[in-house]
Amino acid sequence: MANLERSLTASFMMAWADTFIFVSQVLMRQRFRTVVLWVAIAIGVIAVNLLTALGEGAKSYVLSEFNVLGRHTLITLPGKKETRGGMPPITGESPRALTLKDAQAVSRLSGVKTVAPLVLGNIEVSYAGKIRESLVMGSSRSFFALRHLVLARGQLLPERGRFKGEAVAVIGSRLQDELFAGKPALGEWLRLGDSRFRVIGVLKTSGTRFGFDMDEVVIIPVVSAQSLFNADGLFRLFAEVRHFSQLDAVKQQMVELLKQRHEGEEDVTVISQDAMLSSLQKILDTLTYAVSGIAAVSMLVAAILIMNMMIITVSQRRKEIGLLKALGASSALVRRLFLAEAGLIAALAALSGWMLSHLVLLLANNYFSDIQFHSPWWAQAASIALALGLSLLFAWLPAQRASSLAPVQALQGKTEQAQR
Amino acid sequence: MIELRGLQKHFQVGEQVVQALDEVSLTISAGEYLAIMGPSGSGKSTLMNILGLLDQASAGEYLLDGVNVNQLNEAKRSQLRSEKIGFVFQSYHLVPRLTARENIELPMVLAGVPPRLRQQKLDELLEKLNLSERGQHRPSQLSGGQRQRVAIGRAIVMRPRMLLADEPTGNLDSTSGAAVTDLLESLNADGITLVLVTHDQALGARARRQIHMFDGQLRAEPNG
Repeated sequence: MANLERSLTASFMMAWADTFIFVSQVLMRQRFRTVVLWVAIAIGVIAVNLLTALGEGAKSYVLSEFNVLGRHTLITLPGKKETRGGMPPITGESPRALTLKDAQAVSRLSGVKTVAPLVLGNIEVSYAGKIRESLVMGSSRSFFALRHLVLARGQLLPERGRFKGEAVAVIGSRLQDELFAGKPALGEWLRLGDSRFRVIGVLKTSGTRFGFDMDEVVIIPVVSAQSLFNADGLFRLFAEVRHFSQLDAVKQQMVELLKQRHEGEEDVTVISQDAMLSSLQKILDTLTYAVSGIAAVSMLVAAILIMNMMIITVSQRRKEIGLLKALGASSALVRRLFLAEAGLIAALAALSGWMLSHLVLLLANNYFSDIQFHSPWWAQAASIALALGLSLLFAWLPAQRASSLAPVQALQGKTEQAQR
Repeated sequence: MIELRGLQKHFQVGEQVVQALDEVSLTISAGEYLAIMGPSGSGKSTLMNILGLLDQASAGEYLLDGVNVNQLNEAKRSQLRSEKIGFVFQSYHLVPRLTARENIELPMVLAGVPPRLRQQKLDELLEKLNLSERGQHRPSQLSGGQRQRVAIGRAIVMRPRMLLADEPTGNLDSTSGAAVTDLLESLNADGITLVLVTHDQALGARARRQIHMFDGQLRAEPNG
């Protein structure tokens, strides 16, 4: 035969840079297909992230309602939990009240770091002719730390007034807005019933905690509250232990101590947050299942969406697969091209879907301050892994099938009109 | 260059076994100009698939430049295909999203030819094919004759030993068909082995040697 020029220098291995260019050309020059695929994958990721965030948000909302006390806190309530006729007592109506002296005794236990008594009552609060029915809490300085209450302005209740009454008050943010209408409240005198209290602090907005709207409360020293409501008994006594490991021991000591102080009668109930939470466990479990179910359903929907789009778009290109093989591409190279294409678009689409869902959550969290929506990390990871995995799998399967067909048949015959 | 010995190919279609190639033996020497003719369903396409290393025979031997290709794996066969064989199709099969230049470049890209060499080669080839002006056009912006010239450029860019042309003028009017035939024949004159698959008698008659296929069997001999 005639002496042809020798073949070009060829490695017979397509360069990665060329693979990237080839794939980018597919994505950029077939824009409609790319956009449709992109949207399908992004929607899948967004659906998983938003739905799980919704479920998680609901769950953490319920948890936070019961979680404000912290695991180190023991709550003592007057009255013994036992079955009697009718409703069990929920306020200090037991024969022997829980008193401030009891609180002092408890605070001297070695395992106890700090205590906070609580007296509750509703009273008319007025300032400059404006009157509002408000919840008044009588407590001490340590109460703020225990309940995670933060000041916006001013100062906490005085430490020295712990067991004596001073006419000072810390008020909730909405109460300030309502009564003072934008004017500075610090230093002003507020009327509670018949007594006058000077406002020394304003709380930061914290929403509803543990059933109480903390934006509407007035917090005053416990002794002042006792005289205001003319009652000795405490509604609750909070005690924080030094170490979590001592919780049960301290609880036992407290029960013993109070029993001793109450003439041998065990007439208080001491509970820990864990005990309260354990009674909620069933609800929380149900919520967890609901969140998982939501995640599973949204992933299934996303999976089907991505699967269909991938199978359709790759199947449409059977002819191109045949052509690539005729031009010298091995089956492995054809697979690589299609996997690279699917991988690239899936990565970009999943990333943009992920970012978009975070943006939506950010906006939602700004809008609803009470519930915080966060999609759990496992859902985020799963949504991206799912988008990538399914895109690759369902690009690979039809590409594999097409590349194992005899290419000349795929190129001949019925598809001849398609060349435009 | 090519030697087929007792080549058989059968397909399973449902319950039936279809004998697409039946004891085909054929020798093609380097630089030959050969036409394979016959009605559709006669096994032409199957033979072309096998000659082009896109399919494997069920039985028999296929020696390409002395190498028994049946014993090669898929990757090796792809490499041989890339190196030694160029395809030209009736309906061109250009990639619509790529420009004329990029279409011709594609086999080199797939084979991992370095970019600098590719550009040099492309300038040369576009010039030769009279397509220098059309390099940046998409297939949809080209006439049928121009498309087929791009397709031929793509087929020869890797400097193959053999060109397999399947009805290369089937979609063209007589003028551009003649131009394409001329181009193919001039490539053959330069030394490339040209195998034409056609049922166009006039086109087939131009080849120096005709082979007729019928029911998977070869029916004719060189016409001197």
